[in-house]
Amino acid sequence: MTDTEKQTGSTSIELLSFRVGGQDYSVDIMSVREIRGSAKATSLPHAPFFVKGVINLRGTVLPIIDLSARLGLQSGEDTERNVIIVVDLGERTAGLMVDAVSDILAIPSEEMQPPPDLAADEAKTFVSALTIVDSRMIRILDLEAVMPPQGEEVA
Amino acid sequence: MSDPMAEIRASFFIECEELLESLQDGLQLMDDGDTDPETINIVFRAVHSIKGGAGAFGLDDLVRFAHRFETAMDEVRAGRFHPDGEAIRLFFACADILGDLVRAARDDDQVDDAVTGPVLEKLDKLVGLEEEEEEVLDFTPATLSLDFGDGLLDLPDLPDLSALPAAASSVEGLPSLDLPADMPALTAEALAETTTKGFTVHFKPENALYASGNEPLYLFRALRDIGDISVTCHCGDLPNLNQLDPDTGHLSWDVTVHTEESEQSVREVFEFVDGLCVLEIKPLTGTAAMIAPASAPVVEKVVEKAVETAAPEAAPIASPQKPPVSIKMVTAPAPTPKPAPVAKLPVDSDDDTLDEAPKDEKSGSFAPIKATGTPTQPRATVRVDLERIDRLVNLVGELVINQAMLSQSVTEAGLPPNSPVSTGLEEFLQLTRDIQESVMMIRAQPIKSLFQRMGRIVRESSASVGKDVRLYTDGENTEVDKTVIERLADPLTHMIRNAVDHGLESTEKRLERGKSREGHVTLTAQHRSGRIVIEVSDDGAGINRERVKQKAIEKELIPADAQLSDSEIDNLLFLPGFSTAAEISNLSGRGVGMDVVKSSIQALGGRISITSHEGEGTTFSISLPLTLAVLDGMVVRVADETLVVPLNAILETLTLTETDLKALGPETHVVQIRGGFVPLLDLGAELGYRKPQDSYVGGIVLLIGQEDGNRAALAVDAIEDQRQVVIKGLEGSYGRIPGIAAATILGDGQIALILDPTDLVGQASGRTRVRQPQHALVG
Repeated sequence: MTDTEKQTGSTSIELLSFRVGGQDYSVDIMSVREIRGSAKATSLPHAPFFVKGVINLRGTVLPIIDLSARLGLQSGEDTERNVIIVVDLGERTAGLMVDAVSDILAIPSEEMQPPPDLAADEAKTFVSALTIVDSRMIRILDLEAVMPPQGEEVA
Repeated sequence: MSDPMAEIRASFFIECEELLESLQDGLQLMDDGDTDPETINIVFRAVHSIKGGAGAFGLDDLVRFAHRFETAMDEVRAGRFHPDGEAIRLFFACADILGDLVRAARDDDQVDDAVTGPVLEKLDKLVGLEEEEEEVLDFTPATLSLDFGDGLLDLPDLPDLSALPAAASSVEGLPSLDLPADMPALTAEALAETTTKGFTVHFKPENALYASGNEPLYLFRALRDIGDISVTCHCGDLPNLNQLDPDTGHLSWDVTVHTEESEQSVREVFEFVDGLCVLEIKPLTGTAAMIAPASAPVVEKVVEKAVETAAPEAAPIASPQKPPVSIKMVTAPAPTPKPAPVAKLPVDSDDDTLDEAPKDEKSGSFAPIKATGTPTQPRATVRVDLERIDRLVNLVGELVINQAMLSQSVTEAGLPPNSPVSTGLEEFLQLTRDIQESVMMIRAQPIKSLFQRMGRIVRESSASVGKDVRLYTDGENTEVDKTVIERLADPLTHMIRNAVDHGLESTEKRLERGKSREGHVTLTAQHRSGRIVIEVSDDGAGINRERVKQKAIEKELIPADAQLSDSEIDNLLFLPGFSTAAEISNLSGRGVGMDVVKSSIQALGGRISITSHEGEGTTFSISLPLTLAVLDGMVVRVADETLVVPLNAILETLTLTETDLKALGPETHVVQIRGGFVPLLDLGAELGYRKPQDSYVGGIVLLIGQEDGNRAALAVDAIEDQRQVVIKGLEGSYGRIPGIAAATILGDGQIALILDPTDLVGQASGRTRVRQPQHALVG
């Protein structure tokens, strides 16, 4: 897809870009384990609003995060056509529910920009960097921040 | 260091754990009055083997400590010292420190000298021995040479062929290796020690010595630490260069040591290469000749015999030019010399003159033989990486889920129940269950190791509060899932400390009340209806309910005018931030109380309860699931969600009629069941799935019973099934959810949550409020 860029950039990062609530986001492709269609999630009691529930991923219990709700965006169309990106964060694995997966991009690291400081925007805290591809702004997601807080209840 | 070394190291530490366990066992037996030499031998051997292995890995701290301990035990073994209760307590302390050191070495940690120092001092004083630093240094050679052998000797097959057996022999073989060392010790040491001025040592290493990474240079250096040495190297055996096999050693040495030390300390230098070399040690001067012959010639003979029996290696000595035949086999014959001297010994010594010699040798030689047969391995076992077992457990879990899915689709396909598919599936179900049970049993372990750790807690905590306490254990062979055992350690430690500190009265008070001076703490484990029940009881004063209540009122945990039953007062102990000790001791009373114990037990799916009798003592009872992996549950539907309720919590199920259901206050209901009233909880509402229903008449409720005798009725929409489910933890992937114990995967591949009824009832709030003693009281 964007092989040319890969050759020029000394250190480039490969990103998986996707659409959520009408905006373009991306995550480091190394943290993506798989992409799968949506499934009916078992809802969890007392869960934060953005935790959709858990699904069975070949025998493991996978929490699903509704990313548009998490980012405070307009919830897109209904869940039928949604896609789940399974991401690995060291110890934890979670599914991010997004509208659609768009592309794999290789971005030279010097083209990454820190997000400007806009305190009002809630979603900003979830964005670790910005970049421009084909005049579209791609937000790079801070996966750690997106994850639901963990451990406070664990005895 | 290379990977094989790490592996050997790891297996050494595993072995250490086993040795420590048998050490504890042995000491316990001695404490109970067992004076069987065999018992003492087990203890000695455990310490000795740890020292041996530690020497090979260069764990100096461990070696140093183990050596002193071993020396003390040797005194006991030789019958020169008869340990009393005080001494055995000290030995226990030593065993504990030894365990600490082993663990510290494993984790690259340090144990403070301040801990080991006083104990060692006491130990030396007790046994009446003064240890010289030199002795300690004797053990370094093996250490250094291991590293050395890796690089310089250039043996390509070192890790596989030689390093492994070497480590093994230093750990397992050592008991028998003592043999030659002991004989002179018994005969010569006592008498001849002072008169001898030195020794000549003839030392011819066999190939196995080099192959196991030893290095003569370091042995000589260790000798030099004992006294002045002069070394002569014999290189007459060296073949021509074209015949030289680089894997074979051709050199031998004669070393003259001028020393005041006993023959034994010279011999100890070669302890770790024993059996791997031809070794002759003779007293240097004629003065000793009249006393020493008893030992020296015998030893020589033994060595010679050993050499003869170790066939291939003996060849170079007899005919130096003959190239060794089986160099690749070097490691195999190494053990053979050991049985040989033992077997031949009595015969040899009969030829000799002194009467006492055979006697001594017998006591020295027979004990180890007897010993090697007995050590603690009645069954053959395999050591398996826990990760592999866990994978197997997971896979079997998948199999069970898959089987359930299969039977569901067979049912949906509308096949008749007696069709071949159905019967086949039936058998399949049986098999998967069997497999699952067997796999679960692999993870089960006797709870003994945990109990042994508690023995230490009792010893330490009783010493620090100055009480005389004895721990009785029962049912230590009860098998429980490994994870349960691991996670029980902290809460149990806390409870034991509590029992010693708060439970038992001070010695004076005990005597005043006509109790035995020694306080008793009892720890029992037993299986009871599919769960394991662990009880910690003391024979102390029991709970002072008046004081507990006073304290709770002071801390504003309960209103001042609260009317509480005895069991309600007892349960106040589990409230966060509750501590009863009038004065805070350094053991407990730091604000980390029974509430932490309770929550960690609950996290294991267990319950804790308390019974106490004034003046007679207190018993804490923990009931735990046998395994954390499977559970028999009832599958229910609530508000379009499927949930699993653990079967052991359900007392009965019933359909509500109008007469059963009574309104209580504006928002709560109770259910009348056979004359008793039980609070009604709407499961869907409690979990936030829906609003409370308008009417529960005609609805299905599950009557939930709890450990503490409280009951609650859970309203559900439908009961779907009753089956065994595989527990999938949520805490790893998501976190703990109030009222939910775990998740499982149902036949249709959907995830269902497993309820934690006690937690749910305890947390119940809102429309249908239940009066739970401890929680109701907090508000």
